[in-house]
Amino acid sequence: MTDPMRVRATLMGDRVEVKVLMSHVMETGQRKDIDGNIVPARYIVKVAAHCNGREVLSADWGPSISKNPYLAFRFKGAAKGDKVSITWTDNAGESRSDDVAIA
Amino acid sequence: MINNRALWKAWLLAVGVMVPWNTVNAESSSEDAIAEYRAMFGDDNPAELWLIRGKDLWQQRRGPKNADLSGCDLGRGPGVIEGAYAELPRWFADTGRVQDLETRLITCMTMLQGMAEADILAVRFGDGDNKSDLEALVAYVADASKGHAVSLPMTHSQEKAAYALGAALFYHRAGPHDYSCNTCHGENKKRIRLQAMSKLDDAKGARDAYTHWPAYRVSQGELRTMEWRLQDCYRQQRMPQLKFGSEVAIALTMFLAKNAEGGVMAAPSIKR
Amino acid sequence: MRLDSYPLAVMIVILWSQAGAFARANEMSASDVTTALRSSFVAKGQATMERLQQDETQTLCTAHARHPLPPEVAEHVSALNRVTIKPPANGQYLGDFKRGEIVALSGTGLQSSDDPAKPAGGNCYACHELAATELAYGTIGPSLRRYGKLRGSSKVTLEFAWGKIYNSNAQTACSRMPRFGHHGILSEQQLQDVMAFLFDPASPVNQ
Repeated sequence: MTDPMRVRATLMGDRVEVKVLMSHVMETGQRKDIDGNIVPARYIVKVAAHCNGREVLSADWGPSISKNPYLAFRFKGAAKGDKVSITWTDNAGESRSDDVAIA
Repeated sequence: MINNRALWKAWLLAVGVMVPWNTVNAESSSEDAIAEYRAMFGDDNPAELWLIRGKDLWQQRRGPKNADLSGCDLGRGPGVIEGAYAELPRWFADTGRVQDLETRLITCMTMLQGMAEADILAVRFGDGDNKSDLEALVAYVADASKGHAVSLPMTHSQEKAAYALGAALFYHRAGPHDYSCNTCHGENKKRIRLQAMSKLDDAKGARDAYTHWPAYRVSQGELRTMEWRLQDCYRQQRMPQLKFGSEVAIALTMFLAKNAEGGVMAAPSIKR
Repeated sequence: MRLDSYPLAVMIVILWSQAGAFARANEMSASDVTTALRSSFVAKGQATMERLQQDETQTLCTAHARHPLPPEVAEHVSALNRVTIKPPANGQYLGDFKRGEIVALSGTGLQSSDDPAKPAGGNCYACHELAATELAYGTIGPSLRRYGKLRGSSKVTLEFAWGKIYNSNAQTACSRMPRFGHHGILSEQQLQDVMAFLFDPASPVNQ
């Protein structure tokens, strides 16, 4: 069960500013637990943002991104009320999508 | 001649301003960097993830009694969370003792929802996917006190006693390092490594510190509460393990909160 | 006295006396504190419950924490701690500064979360500036930059520094600095290495 992202999208002039807070452990696979065993790697490998049927952002992530990642970006060509949806996929195949209407 | 004098004065002023700046730099530059980091987040503190979860936990029907927490009295009446954290710790008639937010939440979860205290305490401090319901609820309730001034009338004798115990404990030196709270928190404008320390038996210092807990701690990737902070302090003081919700934990929280009275709550905040 | 200031004066007198009573009634006795401590802690790892018990220095320094230390108490605490200082068994005050630097940088040791098999650090950088290359230094204690360079390493100087690290309370009653030698936080070898970090002309501290 994945935790919801906190997504905010605001129209500023002709650009939409999107701020996303994702809940993910982003485990690098290099940490050891208290017994000395490696904690298995689990991190987001792909982030995609869509609006009005088109992809407005695509990102390839890796273990260097921190826990509970925060992402902010801007794109053009959308209006208030349009839906922005964010999807992350991790290396274990787990995925999560959340969306928000542009304010 | 006037030109030369003016130029000379300007040069002196420039040098005079530059020289002390260098010595202050090491200290202020690290704090500036942290302030910049906080500003970058704006209102997107990762603590929000705990707020979302905390709100769900408060509103969902849970436990063997299948009840939500709308009947939970945190001191301002059943279900009232607005401003409640700013008035804790306080004495409660139903339990007959002084409680902080964490122990009061445990009271509500056990009495109203029928949960077992041991189960709640088993995950009192979250760790990655092992999430703490208590921490989420603390974040949610504390957030509802944002902007409120800390207010502790301390009318009950047990509240006064808790404060007095907290005060005595603050200066209590013990352990192999001779540490008391006062060892690290006894002076303003000092730091340990690059971490600024507040003087906590002082109104200003206490306000600066207390109003910013609970907080998202970036180094841990977790939201941490006062109960966590106190037991982690004692660990660093080389003491044995402070029990969750113990008399000492509540007394010290009372001491800090009362000293911080009048300060405006800014929690949940973000820390290194 | 004017008639209308009389009630005010009475009120002030009553409040003043009550404030005293409040303070006295709510002052915790030592046994109250001990009872609360015992019920609020549990042993964990190497941190045993006996760490909550205070020695004479800790008791006195706690009792006088909220006001300036009376001279006779300071004298007594200094004397108590002076006698604990032991010079190095082999007579050598200076060890290896590279190992000393590691001791100064390390902040672990003796915590409930620490492995008792591993050596403790001195955590000097928590409170002191030392080598110029280390920017992450604390300001609770004075700067120790160029310590040996500025003072030289005469026998008296070495003994003074050794004493400070071994048992800070000998020179500064109720010092905030831990008693590294007396409480066995650092081994004799570690103390000698820290001394070298401070005094060796080649040490980063003295560059």
